[in-house]
Amino acid sequence: MKVSRRDFLKATGLVAGGLLLPTGTAAAAATAATATIFPLHKRLGEATSVCPYCSVGCGVLIATDVHGHIVNTEGDPDNVLNRGALCSKAQSITQLSTDPKRLHKVLYRAPNSTTWEEKSWDWAIAEIAKRVRATRDATFREKDGEVTVNRTEGIAWLGGAANNTEDCYLASKFARALGIVYLEHQARLCHSSTVGALGPTFGRGAMTNHWVDLKNSDVFLVMGSNPAENHPVSFRWITKAMEERGAKLIVADPRFTRSAARADLYVPFRSGTDIAFIGGLINYAIENRLYNEEYVKAYTNALTLINPDYRGPDELDGLFVGYDPEKRTYDQTAWQYQTEKIKVKVKERDASGNEVEVEKEATVPRRAASLEDPHTVFSILKRHFARYTPEIVERICGTPRNRFLDVARLYCSTGAPDKAGTILYAMGTTQHTVGAQNIRAYAILQLLLGNIGIPGGGVNALRGESNVQGSTDMGLLYQDLPGYLGLPTIKQPDYQTFVAKYARTSFWANGPRFFNSLMKAWFGDRATSQNNFAYDYLPKRSGDYSFIPMFEALHRGSIKGMFVMGQNPFVSGPNARFERQAFGNLDWLVVMELFDTETASFWRAPGVDSASIKTEVFLLPAADAMEKAGSVVNSGRTIQWRNKVANPPGEAREDIWILDRMMRAIKAAYQGSTAAKDRPILDLVWDYGDPPQAERVAREINGYALEEVKDASDKVLVAAGAVIPSFAVITSAANPEAIACGAWIYGGYWAPADDGTGVIMPAARRRGQNDPGSLGVHPFWAWTWPANRHIVYNRASARPDGTPWSEAKKLIWWDANQKKWTGYDVPDFPVTRAPEAQANAAGAGLAAQSGSDAFIMKPDGKAWLFTPSAMNEGPLPEHYEPFESPVANPLSGTQFNPVVKVFDTDLGQDIGDNVGTPDRFPIVCTTFRLTEHWQSGAMTRYLPWPSEAQPGMFVEISNALAVERGIRNGDVVEVLSARGAIKAIAMVTARWKPYTIDGRLVHHVGMPWHFAWQGIARGASANDLTPHVGDGNTNIPEYKAFLVDVRKV
Amino acid sequence: MSRLAMLFDASKCIGCKSCQVACKQWWGLPASETTQAGSYENPADLEPNTWARVTFHEYESDDRFQWLFLAWGCVHCTQAACVDVCPTGALKHNALGFVSLEREACNGCGYCTQACPFKVPRMETVNVLTGEARASKCTFCQDRASNGLTPACVKTCPPGALEWGERDALLEKAHARVEWLQSRGYAQAQVYGETQLGGLGRLFVLTAPPEAYGLPANPQYSSLITGWQQIVQPLGYVAVAATTLGLAFNWLATRRARLSNIEAVEPEATEESEA
Repeated sequence: MKVSRRDFLKATGLVAGGLLLPTGTAAAAATAATATIFPLHKRLGEATSVCPYCSVGCGVLIATDVHGHIVNTEGDPDNVLNRGALCSKAQSITQLSTDPKRLHKVLYRAPNSTTWEEKSWDWAIAEIAKRVRATRDATFREKDGEVTVNRTEGIAWLGGAANNTEDCYLASKFARALGIVYLEHQARLCHSSTVGALGPTFGRGAMTNHWVDLKNSDVFLVMGSNPAENHPVSFRWITKAMEERGAKLIVADPRFTRSAARADLYVPFRSGTDIAFIGGLINYAIENRLYNEEYVKAYTNALTLINPDYRGPDELDGLFVGYDPEKRTYDQTAWQYQTEKIKVKVKERDASGNEVEVEKEATVPRRAASLEDPHTVFSILKRHFARYTPEIVERICGTPRNRFLDVARLYCSTGAPDKAGTILYAMGTTQHTVGAQNIRAYAILQLLLGNIGIPGGGVNALRGESNVQGSTDMGLLYQDLPGYLGLPTIKQPDYQTFVAKYARTSFWANGPRFFNSLMKAWFGDRATSQNNFAYDYLPKRSGDYSFIPMFEALHRGSIKGMFVMGQNPFVSGPNARFERQAFGNLDWLVVMELFDTETASFWRAPGVDSASIKTEVFLLPAADAMEKAGSVVNSGRTIQWRNKVANPPGEAREDIWILDRMMRAIKAAYQGSTAAKDRPILDLVWDYGDPPQAERVAREINGYALEEVKDASDKVLVAAGAVIPSFAVITSAANPEAIACGAWIYGGYWAPADDGTGVIMPAARRRGQNDPGSLGVHPFWAWTWPANRHIVYNRASARPDGTPWSEAKKLIWWDANQKKWTGYDVPDFPVTRAPEAQANAAGAGLAAQSGSDAFIMKPDGKAWLFTPSAMNEGPLPEHYEPFESPVANPLSGTQFNPVVKVFDTDLGQDIGDNVGTPDRFPIVCTTFRLTEHWQSGAMTRYLPWPSEAQPGMFVEISNALAVERGIRNGDVVEVLSARGAIKAIAMVTARWKPYTIDGRLVHHVGMPWHFAWQGIARGASANDLTPHVGDGNTNIPEYKAFLVDVRKV
Repeated sequence: MSRLAMLFDASKCIGCKSCQVACKQWWGLPASETTQAGSYENPADLEPNTWARVTFHEYESDDRFQWLFLAWGCVHCTQAACVDVCPTGALKHNALGFVSLEREACNGCGYCTQACPFKVPRMETVNVLTGEARASKCTFCQDRASNGLTPACVKTCPPGALEWGERDALLEKAHARVEWLQSRGYAQAQVYGETQLGGLGRLFVLTAPPEAYGLPANPQYSSLITGWQQIVQPLGYVAVAATTLGLAFNWLATRRARLSNIEAVEPEATEESEA
């Protein structure tokens, strides 16, 4: 008997649905017989939403009372991502919405005041607009040298990865119209190094596969992440693979984690030595010829020849050729591809419009016939990693050699064409001075094993916040614009120079069109081809405005005003004591929040003399995720729409309402100005209704036709006013200027689409269950960027000839009869381009690539094992010690990443950028999260249930260290670093064991970083101890390896 | 068809405490003030407002180190000490076979907390002045279960470590899983709850001996408790019956009297003595 959920509800006379049936209908039948003995004591709820915590994107069902207050939260059994399961945080959504500590009114803190005052929205918005105009006018720079830069370095913006995509888009637009360049958010701190590594390697910076796809994996390598803790519902799919397919789970982690508890193979390694460990695996795969040679030759740059002048760390004691020790940068000339000029025939139209064939010369990378050529990428790679032997892995990482070899054998077995291995990583990988290169190492290993583009494979960045993917996509990072178009720099003084940066020989050849459509969305008819699309309306950047430099600027006092939308840097920022002190230099601070966080109340933190702090603070009560409409993008790039399902407390408002009111007031403040610098504000298109509608913002992000869009044959592609169905329209339109599109990669998410049953709705709202191929792709569930492709680079799931590598890993393939790519996912490739299609080196865009160039975003169509450009510290990952390390680098004389910027503000002071040395701080420390709390605790430490489950700060210590220091479990201890000291409860555990590193015993400890002084669950902040030092590419702080000492109090 | 039961598979549990909080969410149980004392466990024990809890134990055996997680709460024994000792019938086996607790009927005697070999029921003071108390424990979400839903903890469990279904089918699954685990190197994997106390309603797949999880290998309860149920309580009922009889004669003698009160007692007494 097959009973559907709703049929069953009808059968049992239940109308309030949203229930989960036991999977077997037998159990249902069993209970059906006994149904209604006990009536349900409360309603279950039918309103669907998506959890606001981690990035799995679990569906929830919400029940509310007559006041619109949440009374029940259930997992949504129809949501394909979680199938009814929820973690403990999601179970607390009820409290998040209804807790009495939520902000009900606008609060204002006057300069030097010791208290909050309640204020009206009207007053606050008007006052904020005044401060913005005054600060902007006083700090605005129109020129930097000769170049028009139109920016202010006097106002900063932080946040927000917990906000909806539409909030983030408006924040991006708002900030750039004002000329803000200090524009940052959580993504800098969590996965900026992911984007900085995966982009150069594959072409896009996001997770390659997706959550449900984990069920297709054969071997999991969980390294630098703890999904059981931080993405609990991922274990639904990991467990499924283990149970049903015999998949194996490897956990490599400094400590034995909740994930390790489920592992087939747990191996310890010292924090900060990922490259040595993965380098060892790369070496093992090459030495034992376990790599997929056909894949490597066809889809990577393995055969490409590198400049013969190239020298690597094997020859230069840890450095690459071209290092300038004075500037701490590289001249990358000798890392470049060898090129050759070839003659190609191109079809062109002559003056009279006839098609003629002309011969042209084109410069292309030189490729060798054999991998063995000494200058090929492969040969260099092989030489480079030959040093990463099991012995050196043991010396550097402290991983016993035999256990490392167990991992190597198991993981490298996925080089077989019918096997898939996946790497799941997160902050344990990203937050290092070599963060981006750690991820590069993963990517290289996965390319060698042929694990990219296939079901169950991938380099999977497990993102932390519910919408950090969406917020990143919307360009809330100083160097970017929505859709990864890049904020202009001072080196691009004019439009022509700027658009020339987009690679001509990849899909990025369309970059100029995407940029133009963004400018149309922002500035409407003020952006035209005649005025270079108002290029100068955008601020230009001249330096590094990322998170750490932002706080250094705050410390200098050059930033006067700041907006913080849903971010809590006083708990999450590195060297947090220093950052708290720097904040007092602000004239004004606007915080949009759910609760009175440590950031909002920094002026009354313990030990702070409130009366001495001049900063005015406006604390604006915001609606939470259940209380407003908008979309949220999970780690697998799936954009799910959330309706408003509950009412916000008191006078709390949706973030788009707050942004809308502020922008209206700022526009009013500038009304009548004739100054050129004010045009971006006055000409900004800002029309989302009153009150503003998230759906109207979505329309703009998706893209819509300002007028009829036509192709070259005059056929109408999109009617005037309609949303565009896909970004393909922007690339094919004869009149692309007719399109306004806020983020091209989202082209289609708000377009009408079939949910698989013939019902048409905006794509991101879809709840279709069909899953052709049963691989968990679920193409009718919501919408996944780009173009609803779920596994990116999936051209590589087929052999160069277009046939699948194996029946087991079949995803898309070339259908010779229909002459197109077909399969279970949307091809990440031109659909009608045959496998044997030849590249035309003189062609533009994908015409310059062949039918087996699987990486369409890369200029040569190949994934980059070796990055001739884009990585600051070298074309290949090389092991360097963390900035603070207990040992000398066993591999070379280069101790730490030679290109990192070393900050030294207030060096030697109590609060400053001090550096710890092993004589005073002999213990390695790392930080981590707990499943019961979320990030800085701003959405959990205020709630009773999560706080009950994890009430306070602790430090995990091995038995050996505890004995050495006379510490017992539960004792209060002091943890000290060069930045300060904190108190914590000692958790003495066998899950930590000291290492033997290069012959020496090295202790290590770890602490959760959620806690601070507000809320219910309180405790010291681990980030009071972490250093102000960042990765060599993206400046992500090194939270995960620093030096401390531990003492019994 | 066997009765409905729960299977907790420790080899799938990730210790995320989702079950613990889902229980609180569904039943609206308030949080306690807890403190960090050197453990992931919190609250530190079952409480009147904590019916489900995850415990954490570190276990080193010859072959491997394990961090053991256990989703804990009332195990719904077939031979249930609490039911046996309960003088008011507040604790009883309901029609679903679960040990249900009717709070209105509880007189706060606390015998169940003493009798339970797993120390599950907890007393909640409901009136500080009089010291009046009520017992409190997991009911296997009897309202959800009788409406075709799984208990809140089962539904929410991310890795599917908690399952719900017919007891026989779950037992079969548990044994198959144990065999599989033994083949994957968990030499001490075993089923727990199959036979203990007549068979538990909450079955377990464990990857280490029960004692390593803090579970009694062979839970038992005192024959004195059984004596209470089998001898003392029936004697009490005899006494009640005698009184009733006397009253009946009295009623007959005096014609009209308050019959309704007596009737309210009698059917329950009958049900108890049958249990």
